[in-house]
Amino acid sequence: MKEIRRDEVKRLVDAGAQLVEVLPKNEYEEDHLPGAIHLSLRKIETDARTALDPSRPVIVYCWDGA
Amino acid sequence: MSPRAAWRLEALGFSEVYDYKEGKLDWLAAGLATEGSNATRPRVGDLARKDAPVCSLDERLGVVADRVRAAGWNACVVVNDERIVLGLLRQKDFDADRRRAIEEVMQPGPSTFRPHVGAAEMAAFMVEHDLESSPITSSDGRLIGMLRRDDAVAAAHKEHEGHENG
Repeated sequence: MKEIRRDEVKRLVDAGAQLVEVLPKNEYEEDHLPGAIHLSLRKIETDARTALDPSRPVIVYCWDGA
Repeated sequence: MSPRAAWRLEALGFSEVYDYKEGKLDWLAAGLATEGSNATRPRVGDLARKDAPVCSLDERLGVVADRVRAAGWNACVVVNDERIVLGLLRQKDFDADRRRAIEEVMQPGPSTFRPHVGAAEMAAFMVEHDLESSPITSSDGRLIGMLRRDDAVAAAHKEHEGHENG
């Protein structure tokens, strides 16, 4: 797992990376990065394989680095 | 939270996983587009006047004051060549000796606000603190524009009416 910054997020998304927000669903529904899907941390093991393509890069984010 | 999710995904067999550590706050603070129910709400980054007057540290107050008044403003943001906000001149600062350098009369390190803040929230803050205008900056301190209180209040009223009618 590698930490990346905003410019790298843009570059990877343009190249086909998948964005995943792991904040609570209501926060995702208010605002999320363009094209991001929502996965709950508690359900990630059951939902990730159906929601994500394992052959493409995945970028995970929450609110901030704190 | 996101590092844990990233590690879990790797454990599940996803081979190329990244953690955008600075997250959604960083994205919003940069004024970038989002999706979701808030995406259509007015934000201060959209309302900020991009043509608000700016000046540099080494200019003389008199020259700047004339320029600011001619443009219909009573405030001016002091920036460097990269548009990083260094200070602010408000109306009372223009009463100083016109020959003085901006650096000597400005208010250094003014409060700035991020572009993702909602218009209604900002309007309430500006009314409460009697601010006629406020600089809006990106997360790296770069000036996006100057928000006028009247613009924020008008947008907040319009949004409120939209909720009532919708």
